[in-house]
Amino acid sequence: MADGAPLLDVSGLTRYFDVSKPWLNRVLEREQRQFLTAVADASFSIKRGETFALVGESGSGKSTIAKMIVGLLTPSAGEIRFDGQPLRFDQGRISRTLRRRFQMIFQDPFASLNPRWRVGDIIAEPIRTFGLASGPAVTAEARRLLDVVGLSATDINKFPHEFSGGQRQRIAIARALSSKPEFIVCDEPTSALDVSVQAQILNLMRDLQDEFGLTYLLISHDLSVVRHMANRIGVLYLGRLVEQADAKRLFTDPQHPYSRMLLDAVPDLALSGRRRQPVTGEIPNPIDPPPGCAFHPRCPHVMEVCRRELPAPRETATGAAACHLLTTA
Amino acid sequence: MADPVLSVRDLVVEFPTRRGTLRALDQVSFDIARGEVLGMVGESGAGKSLTGAAIIGLLEPPGRIAGGEVWLSGERIDTLPAEKMRRIRGRRIGMVFQDPLTSLNPLYTVAQQLIETIRTHLDVGEREARRRAVALLDRVGIPAAARRIDDYPHHFSGGMRQRVVIALALAAEPELVIADEPTTALDVSVQAQIIDVLKEICAERGASVMLITHDMGVIAETADRVAVLYAGRMAEIGPVRDVITAAEHPYTRGLMGSIPTLTQTADRLTQIPGSMPRLDAIPAGCAFNPRCPEVMARCRTDRPVMLNRGGRRAVACWLHAEAGKERAHG
Repeated sequence: MADGAPLLDVSGLTRYFDVSKPWLNRVLEREQRQFLTAVADASFSIKRGETFALVGESGSGKSTIAKMIVGLLTPSAGEIRFDGQPLRFDQGRISRTLRRRFQMIFQDPFASLNPRWRVGDIIAEPIRTFGLASGPAVTAEARRLLDVVGLSATDINKFPHEFSGGQRQRIAIARALSSKPEFIVCDEPTSALDVSVQAQILNLMRDLQDEFGLTYLLISHDLSVVRHMANRIGVLYLGRLVEQADAKRLFTDPQHPYSRMLLDAVPDLALSGRRRQPVTGEIPNPIDPPPGCAFHPRCPHVMEVCRRELPAPRETATGAAACHLLTTA
Repeated sequence: MADPVLSVRDLVVEFPTRRGTLRALDQVSFDIARGEVLGMVGESGAGKSLTGAAIIGLLEPPGRIAGGEVWLSGERIDTLPAEKMRRIRGRRIGMVFQDPLTSLNPLYTVAQQLIETIRTHLDVGEREARRRAVALLDRVGIPAAARRIDDYPHHFSGGMRQRVVIALALAAEPELVIADEPTTALDVSVQAQIIDVLKEICAERGASVMLITHDMGVIAETADRVAVLYAGRMAEIGPVRDVITAAEHPYTRGLMGSIPTLTQTADRLTQIPGSMPRLDAIPAGCAFNPRCPEVMARCRTDRPVMLNRGGRRAVACWLHAEAGKERAHG
């Protein structure tokens, strides 16, 4: 499916958040400014037609990366290139032709659709904004999109509250498709849904990918969903990409101890009696991350060097992993 | 099964509304044996949490038990006056809810809450209660329990808070623990730890567990038996391994097929068309019939009764009507 040049190329992407107390408090309590590093030096690229997944626990920076890519947040450092052209949302208006080509699907279909708008208007907004059609053609296109995502064309005059969670997510997908994008960022698209509805949405997303040649960035905390959808996977821990690999490889031969731990934490539905190491510890406070490798307090293979030095990403069979074990081995 | 800890018989829960009475639970029956972990699964709105709430007498009005019986160790509890029921909660039935912050009082230290619970239900002095509280916290895996017991709930992380809630649920040595989505608000790596703690500590103390969750994976890891609910009715019940590997109800089969797993290679997930009916529009006959791939004429008119399938399995599906014996109560 995937061919040659990357559609999206992210390098050195970093984002700080200022979480300091207000100025007066800082002066009175003699405190320094505090910064939270949500994403640190993340680099990855996504090929055309591929599904790249970012996995990690809460606070690992998954959604921050997604938001920076679609321009909802400005990066503190680093560069995002889309089809070879840099995306600079902070400097002037990004060209509409470029902006049209990527879209986003959000986690909560109850919050991402305007409750006062009819479904037809919700789906038609990108078509009008980008001037892709006019007059009756807009409505015709909205009807067609409803059909594409498995809803009825007659739903066009209904309001979002008349639909279930899964149906709303279909509407959100129809809206994302309406600008005829090549790239869609899907931020936990099924986390709010029941499993049987999740299966419907995941199947739909795959069908649409095949039909329109879409490229996905899938953000998820659910490794089973990621296993089902992704070609390549990036594992995030406290804002850093600790491992990147082909999906198959990551699940059969994880290189970073954290990837291993995440896999071991997934309940064994197949009752295969797969051997698992018990998981220990919790993700530390990102305002005050541990020195050296951020994972060292939970790592079963921790060494002296891990407490001091941040490991550099090292090439692995199908990607890269940032762990001192790989350098010493 | 001799002397179950919990026995629920034909439980019916109704919500009167302006547009008629909604039947949210319809003739749900199951037993939980001593020391057994029963998983209760279903999708949103299937009635999992409602079953738990009805058993502990915490149905939100106007919801009410409109039929059936709930027995705790041979004593009928659904007809008890509120004051007596209040004494059973916490003492004989411990509870763990989804959000640990709502189960803990933010204005009291963990020590105050644990000691109060222990002294309310057990006849011990302050010092002994504190000793037991520290031992419990230590057992659920709070590091430096003797020091951290004097911290407030907000000092703990989400996973640690849920451990405190488990300690609180077990403080009075209950016979039964009802855990309603205990790990849903937690990250996967923390979820696995909490499940282990809950399972171990209940086994140690011989407490039975009713584990309510939407996550089949959690059930597979934890439960001895599993009950599957659909639209307020029991679809299937049986030992976890049997239900997961060889489900008998088409709904359970669809549900299992729709879950992506780490080992599967299929390109598409099995999907059940449509969605669960609303409570005011439950179809005649079997509630699942409009979505069922194996629907028969009978399914559209007659509601299937629970058919006993042997080996502590039962299924409410006409497909198995010839093979099994119909149970007296349905």
